[in-house]
Amino acid sequence: MNYPAIAGALLFWLLAWAFNEWLVRQRFQSRTAASAARFAVPLLFGITILVLWEGIVRGFGIPSVLLPAPSMIWQRLLNSVPTLAADFRQTFLKSVLTGYALGCGLGFLVAILIDRSPFLQKGLLPLGNFVSALPVIGVAPIMVMWFGFDWQSKVAVVVIMTFFPMLVNTVSGLAAASHMERDLMRTYAASWWQTLVKLRLPAAWPFIFNALKINSTLALIGAIVAEFFGTPIVGMGFRISTEVGRMNVDMVWAEIAVAAVAGSVFYGVVALIERAVTFWHPSIRSGRA
Amino acid sequence: MRQDSFLKDKLLPISTVVILLIAIWYVATVFLNAPFERDTAARAGTEIAFSDLLKNTMAQERPVLPAPHQVIAEIWDTTANKAITSKRSLVYHAWITLSATLFGFGIGAALGILLAVGIVHNRAMDRSLMPWVIASQTIPILAIAPMIIVVLNAIGIAGLLPKALISTYLSFFPVVVGMVKGLRSPETIQLDLMHTYNASPAQTFWKLRWPSSMPYLFTSLKVAVAISLVGAIVGELPTGAVAGLGARLLAGSYYGQTVQIWAALFMAAALAAVLVMIVGLAHSAVLKRMGARP
Repeated sequence: MNYPAIAGALLFWLLAWAFNEWLVRQRFQSRTAASAARFAVPLLFGITILVLWEGIVRGFGIPSVLLPAPSMIWQRLLNSVPTLAADFRQTFLKSVLTGYALGCGLGFLVAILIDRSPFLQKGLLPLGNFVSALPVIGVAPIMVMWFGFDWQSKVAVVVIMTFFPMLVNTVSGLAAASHMERDLMRTYAASWWQTLVKLRLPAAWPFIFNALKINSTLALIGAIVAEFFGTPIVGMGFRISTEVGRMNVDMVWAEIAVAAVAGSVFYGVVALIERAVTFWHPSIRSGRA
Repeated sequence: MRQDSFLKDKLLPISTVVILLIAIWYVATVFLNAPFERDTAARAGTEIAFSDLLKNTMAQERPVLPAPHQVIAEIWDTTANKAITSKRSLVYHAWITLSATLFGFGIGAALGILLAVGIVHNRAMDRSLMPWVIASQTIPILAIAPMIIVVLNAIGIAGLLPKALISTYLSFFPVVVGMVKGLRSPETIQLDLMHTYNASPAQTFWKLRWPSSMPYLFTSLKVAVAISLVGAIVGELPTGAVAGLGARLLAGSYYGQTVQIWAALFMAAALAAVLVMIVGLAHSAVLKRMGARP
């Protein structure tokens, strides 16, 4: 056992905690300092977790098969950039992005198509809600059988997973404009199309972006899990399942780090676009997301 | 406002869509399975009549897409005709998955509520934890699932707990987000009233914050229970296909048993529906006890 490592990590933890407690109680004069502090608090928390992790792994001598230290994972990540890049291209660029665009686009289109038929809406909405609660990921083996091992089958899984959240959210978003506003459009003699583009779609954006954000994580999960059911010898899911079998846990963690960064960036980009598009929405206008 | 009638606004549209979907399914069955039948016929050197083709596509051993009645027959065969303790019984596999789901869901919900209470009452926790709670969900945990299972197996923890841990990780997130929103939902005026009563923080919590968070809690619990079922199913994939609905899916895909995959899929769907329904019933029961109007 390596006591200095444990003690150092614990000390760092306590110091960081105290500093964070102090930081959130500060009043800052300048705006930049205040926003810097807002960023610093979670950042410090994250760093603290990494330091604690490193300290505990080193201190207690945990075998790297169980839990590798962050430094070791970083080393592995740097050493296997080409492999990771190939996996990233296969899983994220080919499967996730294609499936995400197709699934969200289809959900949106179908929602617009059934917009004029209340009967179909009443029939499809409960079903869509129901399907959203189902373990849709289970269709992965069937899709692999139908579309083969390559990325096409993963795209199919992602499309199915992202379609229903998009459909349900778009339909409820299109219903979000109030009666008053719709009456106003009627007094303007606006056509259905004009009302849709100028009133109802803008009012629906917050709902649609909600679905886009949910789908951004769902799509990544769908593509990776679908790879467990069969894949060519490249891809994040494939790498994870084979390296686990070979007990190369540090490689698995490196892959997870890539997936986490990719997922966070994907989510962040969607959230940024949301901020730009729905700048009028109260949750963004007040300065708190 | 016009009162919605059950028959006209619920039953009729939904059943129409469902019947439509089943019809599409049957048509797709014929189209997807026809090439195989034509191949067999061509290999035997015979021409196959359309009526025979239609009949055969509905009753293949390993169809590309099984017909609905085949799936239902398989479900009936593996639930009612097999002993519950038999490894071939779907009920047995569903129970394995369900126990992991419920266990993980329980821990996840408790953890989520505790975290939310901490976040609401401590500013440092709010600022430092909340971004990471959100970031934790962009990590595709389902991707890590096999590793968690294998690694925990390596140190001798096997069975229910590893799967439940994955369910926990997935289900705590909606609960945290929902509960933070719910515990913060009392308005300033209500909090001020508690202040004028000289209520302690604990009293404010139990008499104002906790009751007013109930609708939020149950809404997130519905999401959480559905997602923890997904976690349990995916957690079963890497265990070498021993038991559970996930193992059933994997075994089906290895041996090309499409009917078995579909049966497991439907069982999982039914399980999810029942779980969400139970939470929904608890929701309305609690709200009724609290005096909400139906």
